[in-house]
Amino acid sequence: MSKSNLPFAITLDPGTSLANQTGTWRTMRPLYIDRLPPCNNACPAGENIQKWLYHAEEGDYATAWQVLMQDNPLPAVMGRVCYHPCEDVCNRGQLDEAVSIHGVERFLGDYAIEQRLQPIFEAEPSGKRVLVVGAGPSGLSAAYHLTRLGHEVTIREAGPMAGGMMRFGIPKYRLPRAILDAEIRRIVGMGVELVLNSKVDDIERCFSAEGFDAVFVAVGAHLAKRTEIPAHAAGKILDAVSLLRDVEIGAEPPQLGRRVVVYGGGNTAMDAARTAKRLGADEAMIVYRRSRKEMPAHDFEAREAEEEGVIIHWLRTIKQIDATAFTVEKMVIDADGRPQPTGQFETLQADTLILALGQDVDTRFLERVPGVEIAADGMVRVDERMMTGREGLFAGGDMVPAQRTVAVAIGHGKKAARHIDAWLRGGHYEKPATHESVEFAHLNTWYYDDAPRRVQDQLSLVRRQSSFDEVMRGFDEENALFEARRCLSCGNCFECDNCYGICPDNAVIKLGPGARFRFDYDYCKGCGICAAECPCGAIMMVSETL
Amino acid sequence: MSDETAIQKVKFYQTGTHTVGNRLMDESRRTVQASIDRSNAITSGHRACQGCGEALGARYALDAAMRATNGKMVAVNATGCLEVFTTPYPETSWQIPWLHSLFGNAPAVAAGVAAGLRMRGLADVKVVAQGGDGGTADIGFGCLSGMFERNDDVLYVCYDNEAYMNTGVQRSSATPPAAHTTTTPAVGAAPGNVFGTGKNLPHIAMAHHIPYVATASVADLHDLEAKVTKAMSISGARYIHIMVPCPLGWGSAPEDTIRIARLAVESGLFPLIEAEHGRVVRVKKIRRKVPVTDYLRLQRRFAHLFEENVAPNEQVARLQEIADSNIVRYGLLAAEESP
Repeated sequence: MSKSNLPFAITLDPGTSLANQTGTWRTMRPLYIDRLPPCNNACPAGENIQKWLYHAEEGDYATAWQVLMQDNPLPAVMGRVCYHPCEDVCNRGQLDEAVSIHGVERFLGDYAIEQRLQPIFEAEPSGKRVLVVGAGPSGLSAAYHLTRLGHEVTIREAGPMAGGMMRFGIPKYRLPRAILDAEIRRIVGMGVELVLNSKVDDIERCFSAEGFDAVFVAVGAHLAKRTEIPAHAAGKILDAVSLLRDVEIGAEPPQLGRRVVVYGGGNTAMDAARTAKRLGADEAMIVYRRSRKEMPAHDFEAREAEEEGVIIHWLRTIKQIDATAFTVEKMVIDADGRPQPTGQFETLQADTLILALGQDVDTRFLERVPGVEIAADGMVRVDERMMTGREGLFAGGDMVPAQRTVAVAIGHGKKAARHIDAWLRGGHYEKPATHESVEFAHLNTWYYDDAPRRVQDQLSLVRRQSSFDEVMRGFDEENALFEARRCLSCGNCFECDNCYGICPDNAVIKLGPGARFRFDYDYCKGCGICAAECPCGAIMMVSETL
Repeated sequence: MSDETAIQKVKFYQTGTHTVGNRLMDESRRTVQASIDRSNAITSGHRACQGCGEALGARYALDAAMRATNGKMVAVNATGCLEVFTTPYPETSWQIPWLHSLFGNAPAVAAGVAAGLRMRGLADVKVVAQGGDGGTADIGFGCLSGMFERNDDVLYVCYDNEAYMNTGVQRSSATPPAAHTTTTPAVGAAPGNVFGTGKNLPHIAMAHHIPYVATASVADLHDLEAKVTKAMSISGARYIHIMVPCPLGWGSAPEDTIRIARLAVESGLFPLIEAEHGRVVRVKKIRRKVPVTDYLRLQRRFAHLFEENVAPNEQVARLQEIADSNIVRYGLLAAEESP
């Protein structure tokens, strides 16, 4: 039968419904967005945690490490000593437990040391010379970032070894020196000149006679605070900073006696007590005037100290020392959270007192520098660029007002480097705008499987009490990969194909690996299923405008 | 009865197997829908409502069947929403060989297509018939029973949106109790559809002792595709019943389509099962059990159950009883949760 004999309708070829652009129905429009994940937001060093986890999830540890290194030159150190504020805010914590970000970071840091990875960067030499004073985390970070930006950097360190408080404040059992040394060596290997045993006394001379174009000072806070305690024929009294320092560089271990009292409730107090235990003290005690709730030390540090047999006397102040008898007064916490004396006394027996009451900054070398402002508490005043009152002189780390942690110090180094770079080039560093934060409510957690957090193994208690071997073990590859894959990728597309699969109108175009997706607004009816079913909150519905 | 569905459990950390695809998962473990090369049996421009569950369910099922048959497949369609919204003359959204005859005869036409293909030596071309719950449970029921009884080599897929949606939301024999439709208004002492009426199509199909019967949901794509793929590997009459929420008829927000389908499964109201030759062989366990009210509250057709002056609602309790009895009957809870 020829076509002409057929009824009219049958002779027409069917057209495709693509002619019907259903996008005109839409009143709401889906948009792909990136939101700021809480971990990145919380990182004092400004790491793009989610992005390096993304690469680690694929087993591409080298790329993950390179991304990490864009912000932090000391990942193996940070993975060990950082108090990981990122994990406190991790959205996964509301689902089961936070991702062990520090565990993965440590794995990547150790991996890079083992594989001898070097940071990849391109920088045109700027011809500018920058002096960094102090080889602590802040100074090393600044030197590293300035090098990445093309500047020639010299670090002058007053002490005999680089590392600052990472070496003289954090004991070996938390940060093995081989790890610290390897990461410092890598920074020096990038072309940073490191001069040890070189105290800088005259900043102005560095500018004028030595011709440095900018100076970053980050000398830390090494002066132990003292307190007045009436003492008759007192035994040995020393401060925690000196103790930790002596353990690090002393020819022989300090003699502490059988019973040691540490006075203070900060992390340094915990470290001092745990160190005393390791040096052979039968009894290592901590006396702290407030309760566990108010102590500045992190809870896990107090817990680890107690596990090792350190006894913490909460709500006690030392009133008097008589040879080996310590009179302590019981305290109570008042309505304002302050400790108040009760008039009740106890006696403790100890051979040595270690003061861990905090540290001050030695700012004498800055006092003569014109323009530099030093507050009554000894802190150096800096502006939003981290520049002091002296043009070209920047400061960071423990000597400026901020939290005193390695992560904050590394963040200061990075921030200062960016501003120094901008200043040297006659410009101003503008921080790129950040994305809107992603909330737990933005996630569709149905799509995430239950996956309990992996825990790091610990050294046996006996060895913890008798040696300076590292307490926490690192993850093996399997566990690191597992932890990386627990990341929810909050607020940023991880290419799960949900939007592509669940669109009833085929209005999502898949662009292939790494390229994400695109909406086909010719056909998208704006039903919003894609936004509702996006696991990570990377799609937003907005009203169409007329 | 085995504890897992046909899908092998993948220990995949970031998202499990729950998302459509995943860049970290082996290609073979991803869904057909994740593929750039999926056949898109129903292409864009169709006139289904925003958030249509049926448009989604049909594409899921047919794309999976197309992959399972290497594209050697014919689809026969009963009258219904799916037929209407995909083929307003002179346009079609179908990108596969597709045939429509009448409301009630799709199973018979499909059986005829299969016979014709066999006679022409094209037995490797598979036939899928499909219809809504009205075309399947009511109007085409006799033809369907015949197709089952003769064990014709056809997979019949029912997209169940629980009423006649394309004609204006009239009750079908698949409409759940208490649901408002235009023919079961929410008035009187027992508002909405009457309890104790209606048919359970999967059970009726099982009673024919055909080789394969399964239920599936648009909320569980991996499970759905696995069932279609399995069905296409079997000869004889096969039946898959897919729940497809209807924003228009159910009075739900378009973006909630998948969420509602998920809650139907997680509450126990819509159990996901597989049966071979009349016996249930596998069930999909509930992952996070929810009360039926979580499911009901999102739908205006059940709004009368939650009016302030109607409390505590006996109808809700009876719906919960239905869910609970499903949970017991099929063993839908994981071992540690069982009573």
